[in-house]
Parts: sequence; C-alpha cells; structure tokens
Amino acid sequence: MPPSYEELKKLCTQFRKTIIEIIYEAKSGHPGGSLSLVEILTTLYYLHLNHDPKNPYWEERDRVVLSKGHGCPALYTVLAELGYFPKEELFKLRKLGSILQGHPVRVLNSDNSNLRYVPGIEVSTGSLGYGLSIAVGMCIGFKMDNKPNKVYTICSDGEHQEGSTWEAIMFAGVKKLDNLIEILDYNKLQQETKIDESVDISPLKEKYLAFNWQVYEVDGHSIEQLDSILTQAKQFQGKPKVIIAHTVKGKGVSFMENNVDWHGKAPDEKLKQLAIKEIVEKG
Amino acid sequence: MVTIYGTRASREGLGEGLLTVAEQYPNLVAVGADTADSTTLGLFAKKYPEKFINVGIAEQNAVGIAVGLSLVGKLPVVSTYSMFLVGRCWEEIRQSVCYNYTNVKLIGTHAGITVGLDGASHQILEDIAIMRVLPNMKVIVPSDAVEAKKIIIKMLDIDGPVYVRLSREKLPVITNENDEVEIGKGKILIDGDDCGIISCGVMVYESLVACEMLKNEGISCRVVNLHTIKPIDEEIIIDTAKKCKCIVTCEEHQVNGGLGSAVAEVLSRTYPVIQEFVGIENKFGESGLPDELMRKYHLKAENIVSKVKSVIKKK
Ligand SMILES: Cc1ncc(C[n+]2csc(CCOP(=O)(O)OP(=O)(O)O)c2C)c(N)n1
Repeated sequence: MPPSYEELKKLCTQFRKTIIEIIYEAKSGHPGGSLSLVEILTTLYYLHLNHDPKNPYWEERDRVVLSKGHGCPALYTVLAELGYFPKEELFKLRKLGSILQGHPVRVLNSDNSNLRYVPGIEVSTGSLGYGLSIAVGMCIGFKMDNKPNKVYTICSDGEHQEGSTWEAIMFAGVKKLDNLIEILDYNKLQQETKIDESVDISPLKEKYLAFNWQVYEVDGHSIEQLDSILTQAKQFQGKPKVIIAHTVKGKGVSFMENNVDWHGKAPDEKLKQLAIKEIVEKG
Repeated sequence: MVTIYGTRASREGLGEGLLTVAEQYPNLVAVGADTADSTTLGLFAKKYPEKFINVGIAEQNAVGIAVGLSLVGKLPVVSTYSMFLVGRCWEEIRQSVCYNYTNVKLIGTHAGITVGLDGASHQILEDIAIMRVLPNMKVIVPSDAVEAKKIIIKMLDIDGPVYVRLSREKLPVITNENDEVEIGKGKILIDGDDCGIISCGVMVYESLVACEMLKNEGISCRVVNLHTIKPIDEEIIIDTAKKCKCIVTCEEHQVNGGLGSAVAEVLSRTYPVIQEFVGIENKFGESGLPDELMRKYHLKAENIVSKVKSVIKKK
C-alpha cells in the first residue's frame, strides 16, 4: 500500500523541519532551493520511483539525477527516511568524513584506492548544467539494451541559463528519449536575483515544446497534482517529458520564501527555532 | 638510419583498435561530435551504427552522455578533436568524468602543432597538462599509429577515466606490430649513457633521429618512449637519471605542465639531475605545414641535439 496524501503531507512537514535542522547543524548549505524540492522529491520517491532502499544498486531501479546538486539537503533527508542510510548521517552533513558532502557524491574518496559508494546517490553533481546530459546518456544506455528503467532528473530554473542544458534538451527531443522525465523546480529565483531580473528563461513551456518535448505544468507543492502528472508523464510515449513545477524558493518558512538572501546560508539558533515553529504550526 | 615503417596518422589507431576488439566488448559505445570520419571513430560507427551516437557539435553533451552511459554499465569511448574535447569540456571532465569515477574513455585527436594548416585554434598544446592534473585520470600519448592501436585496445580494460592523445598528420611509424606495449611502462628504444632523452608522441621519432646524429659525434644517448604520462613510470625515469646524469624531455606540447614537468616532478624528489626541455615555449602555434611548424617551433631532431649538448655541459 502506498502512503496516503495525508501521510505524505505529514512527511513533508517533517522533512522541512529536518532540512532546517541539518543546515543549521552544518552551519552552511542551501535552504531555499532545498525547501522548494520537498513535495517533488517526496511524491517521486514514495509514489513513483521504482527502487528498493534495501538494495540501492538493484539493476532494475529507475535513476534519479539531482542536477541542481545544492538542493541535496532535501534529497538526503528523503533518502534517510526511506532507509538508504541511517538518519544520524544527516547531522554529519558537510562535516569532515561524512558521506553527505556539501554537494552530492556518488563515490567518495575517489582516488581509486578506497572507494566509498553513497547509497541512493546516482551521480555526483554540484556544478550546474551537467545533470541533464548525464541523464540523457543513461536513457540512451537503457534504450540500447531495451530496458524499461526510467531516468528522472531534477533541474533548476537557473540551470536553463547554462548552454549545456540546452544541448541536452535539443538532443533528447530529437532522439525522442521517452524514458527521460525531467522535473523542473521553477522557483523563479537564482543565487542573487530573480531569474527574470538577470537573463530570463521564459517562456519555458514554448521553448520545450519547440524542442519536441511533452510539457506538463503543475503546482510543485501539490502532492496530488504531482502524483497525477507523474502518472501521465510515465505513460506518455514518444517524447522526453518535462514537468514544470511551479514552486516557491524557501517554501514553508515565511522569511525565507521568495528571498534570495536565503539561497545559500544557514539560520542562526534564533531563526532556526522560528523556522521550525512555523513549519510545525503550518504542517 | 632510423628504421621507419612508413608514415601514418596515430588517429588511425582509434578506429582500427576499436574494430579489432569490438566483439569482445559488447558494452562498448562510441560517442562522436560531427567529426567521426576525421577521428576514425567512423570505422566503428559504420560497422556498429546501433552503438554509435553522434551528438552533433555539442562536445559538452558528448561528455555528459558518455558519463550517463558509463553509469548504466556501458563502456563509452568519446572522441573528437582534442581541443574541443578536453579543452572545452575540462570542467565537465573534472566533475562528471573524474570526480564521479566513471569509465569514460576520452580520445582526443588532432592534438599538437602537427595539425598544421588549421592553425593555432586547432593545435592544442596544453592537453597533457590539463588532463594529468586531474585525480583518477590516466594520460597516454602513443608514439605512432601502430602503438596507438595497441593502446586503444588495452585502455578498454582499465577501470576509470583515460585520456589518449592522437595526431591528425601522417607521421613516421617507428614501432612494429610485434612490439609489446604496456600502459604505465616506458620503453628504452636505444641505450646510451651520456644523456637520457625521454619523449612521447611524434617526438619519439625525432629523438631517435637526434640520437643517431649525436652518435656520429661520439655522444651516446638513451632514448625512452614514455607514452604513459600518468601514471608515470618512475622506475625508468630514475634509472635513466642514474645512468646518464642528465635528461632532455621532448614533447609536442607546452613545456609548462606536460611530459617534461611530469619527469621533473619525479626527479626533483628522487634523484635530481639537470634537465632540459624540448617543447613549445609558452607560445601559440600558427598555420603551416607540420614539418615547417616543427622547425619553426624547435621540435626537430636538431633542436634535441643542441639541448642534449648543452645539458651534458651542465652535468
Ligand atoms: C556552473 C555553476 N555556476 C555557479 C554555481 C554557483 N551556484 C550555486 S546555486 C546557484 C544558483 C541557484 O539558482 P538555481 O540554479 O535556479 O537553483 P535554486 O534557485 O533552485 O536553488 C549558483 C549560481 C554552481 N554551483 N555551478
């Protein structure tokens, strides 16, 4: 039995709280772009992804590429809850020796003598604009072998200012890679400004359509909508799919919402308490 | 006289090598970027079209796709002109290929000044430096087409990222089909004790010619073909330094950061001896015939001869 929407909403509240706690504990990190991902990741991992946390390298699993690597506190929080690694690890985020690096790492200590693989992390990311190409490569690989695995990649709006993202979009559309599902966390903010104050990326829907993608738009904080669109996107054949998820950067913490100041810093003790209080009350 | 077995471009080793063993590597996939005929990846592509991906003129996408392929169990070989492969995509190679510890094989063709007429925009002279600095990366510069083919075949068995540097131009073939090649091991081609000449790529041939010229003047040199620059064969370098007490390194690459630097890094902490560098001296190239350029940029045997003489004086 998959969890109910109610249960998932409760989990989202818990995840938001944990994200704030672990970023506070790490004294650094990216709360804004993590909080915008919570419903996206929760719906994906709990309702749609074909995976097995007990067997993270299971061949049949779908792949998830977190292209916007700085959103990893959200991913780590979901993976820990699912049992990919012990929850204690979360509080070692960004600390020396931790498997939970500041940006996601698939294999640690990669000096090729002492490889430590991190369960649940499929690709090392952190430099924006690379994930979509990697996801495309995975899709081609699966298609070559007639395998049914799907590849989900989570990109940011800011990454659409990178040329490499468009190379991948163009290629995927031309090659009709329908095992590719991109979820675009469209929170409209980047590091220093609103996207449309620097180099605007709109209209995204029209651009993707012109590149031969199937396009969906949802409220990225509605588990119901995400669930229903993911169901449709999974079934749709013949084109790569993008779900443009309209989100709010910093969602759930009013002083962080829509505020670039909270892109990449940790709250102090007082603000952490305030944030958690608000998250819990709203939840 | 230095024996040569005709002239061929080392890039031919790529297509031939892959075709030779393709059946033994069912997970082999080739990725090209609108240059497959010139890299010779086209040979593989024609026989195995279902295992060839042409991304168009989109090198970053080529590298990213190769990373994705590797992460789902394929053995991707990406090839285009080295300038655009390792030059343009350096950061992606660092982040996605090396840091991710993937099994991506990068084959850069048209490297070095011998690209000739296309001019400096296409003559990458910095690739050895920028690839060897990357953790997990292996860097190999075959001396000719025959050696290139063997190296292409052998690198498929290496776990992790590899960069192989190949040339566009027909250049002397100095090794023969039966010569053994071991990745990570240099080879003494001629032994001598007045000076050690350590070279890679086309400069191995020039070194052999220089060695002949020096022999006629009564100077005996050891010539080492050091095709693998990373991991470097420390043993052969130290042995050469001990025997000859001076070294000349020769490369078709900037003297900063390439083979010469790699050799110096070994010697300075193990057995320091005086060393001279033959290579491009902090310059861009230009259009011209390969031989004209080799002359103008001091990469010919004569240039090696004079460096050998001057280094011997400083012993
Ligand atoms: C290639 C690259 N350039 C710059 C950065 C630094 N950086 C980290 S996050 C970020 C912008 C975040 O905006 P966006 O990508 O839209 O993510 P979100 O708003 O969802 O956090 C920048 C510029 C980076 N990580 N990678």
